[in-house]
Amino acid sequence: MKAIVFATIAIVVITVGSYMVLGQIGFSSADRSVGDAVRLDDEDRP
Amino acid sequence: MTRLVVAILFVVGFMIQAIAQEASETSGTDRTATGGAQTLEDILKRQRGEAVDDQFRRDATGDPDSAAAISSQLGTLGGTSDAELWRALRYGSADVTVSSGGLPATVLVQDGGMRWLEFRQGPLARYGGYLLLGTIAALALFYLTRGRIRIDGEKTGRTITRFKAIERFGHWLLAGSFILLGITGLITLFGRFGLIPLIGKETYADIALASKWIHNNVAWAFMLGLVMVFVMWVIHNLPDRTDINWIRKAGGLFSSNSHPPAKKFNAGQKLIFWSVILLGGSISASGLSLLFPFELPMFAKTFAALNATGIPQLVGLGVLPEQLAPHEEMQYAQLWHAIVSFVLMAIVIAHIYIGSIGMEGAFDAMGSGDVEEQWAREHHSLWVAEVTSSADGEGKPESAPAPAE
Repeated sequence: MKAIVFATIAIVVITVGSYMVLGQIGFSSADRSVGDAVRLDDEDRP
Repeated sequence: MTRLVVAILFVVGFMIQAIAQEASETSGTDRTATGGAQTLEDILKRQRGEAVDDQFRRDATGDPDSAAAISSQLGTLGGTSDAELWRALRYGSADVTVSSGGLPATVLVQDGGMRWLEFRQGPLARYGGYLLLGTIAALALFYLTRGRIRIDGEKTGRTITRFKAIERFGHWLLAGSFILLGITGLITLFGRFGLIPLIGKETYADIALASKWIHNNVAWAFMLGLVMVFVMWVIHNLPDRTDINWIRKAGGLFSSNSHPPAKKFNAGQKLIFWSVILLGGSISASGLSLLFPFELPMFAKTFAALNATGIPQLVGLGVLPEQLAPHEEMQYAQLWHAIVSFVLMAIVIAHIYIGSIGMEGAFDAMGSGDVEEQWAREHHSLWVAEVTSSADGEGKPESAPAPAE
């Protein structure tokens, strides 16, 4: 049963790790909808 | 295996046929009465859900000769009319420039979204649900008629190590992540009409948000597990002659005291293995495409390759579209991801059944890693012979029989 416990821990670690890494490099499906495409800096405003 | 591939191709074929944009008829329709615009018959056909070849509309985008003169009524735009501009936007031929957002942002109108939505909420959810429920019902029927498959011979009290710790770890990494992905995927697909009526929109919103987060991030554990399992077990899952005999006897599943010889993995397990690898690999590819929207388009290229083989034309699908808007790529990726996932879920449900309540002694292989020697002799006799002969010849290996604790 140890394998099940270790695999469960690994799933949690990989899941949280991927969330943090992908967030750091700016690649996540959530970030796509709030990216530059819909945000204007002040200097870009007409 | 071949039957499975053919079945998948047919399912995909029907799906593509259902949402195909290209029509294969009405190209010769006389539209002089409407000045080349669509006729009442075109509109009625669309309302009846029939395919209409809209090439005449796709082409009517920006030809100055077909526009009203600047001095005429509705001719104030000069060479191009409003209708032509909107048609160009709809069919993706307008010259749109955006300052950011890349290619997807240049698509202002993409009416394929409705076909995708209708297919997702309709046939996909309906037949996917039927497949899972049907599988569970078939297994329940099998259990009621056949009962639990017991160890026929007398138990020896000795065990053999069937899977090492690293093998079990890889299996459970894959299994645990797949179960999480399956549940969260089903919540996402069925939530709107399956859960909201039961728990309300606000509660579902929290569950849906959590499901999306879990689904997106657990995917990496699944892909790692898939690679581990492939590397560890591919050598044992190559087809050989023993598989033919095993399949001919249906693995002895339907009769007592029938145990066709098998090596470490029997033909049924090999079928599971290759289903997981191929379907899981395909789910991973389409999942990556969805995880990084618009970055990994793959369907236009796949359709072009399929068209080159002539298979789509042969099975009546016609020529598959080779020019897809970025959003269409995502729609195809989502549908493919869900369809293949449903098929794999059905297979895995059967695997879970036979590995737990369906067969005495089977769970130990992935639980403790050690199986009852008699169980191993009945279900993997060639593997036991291999293990015991190497134990006799080279000292006691890890897999050699040992007294049960």
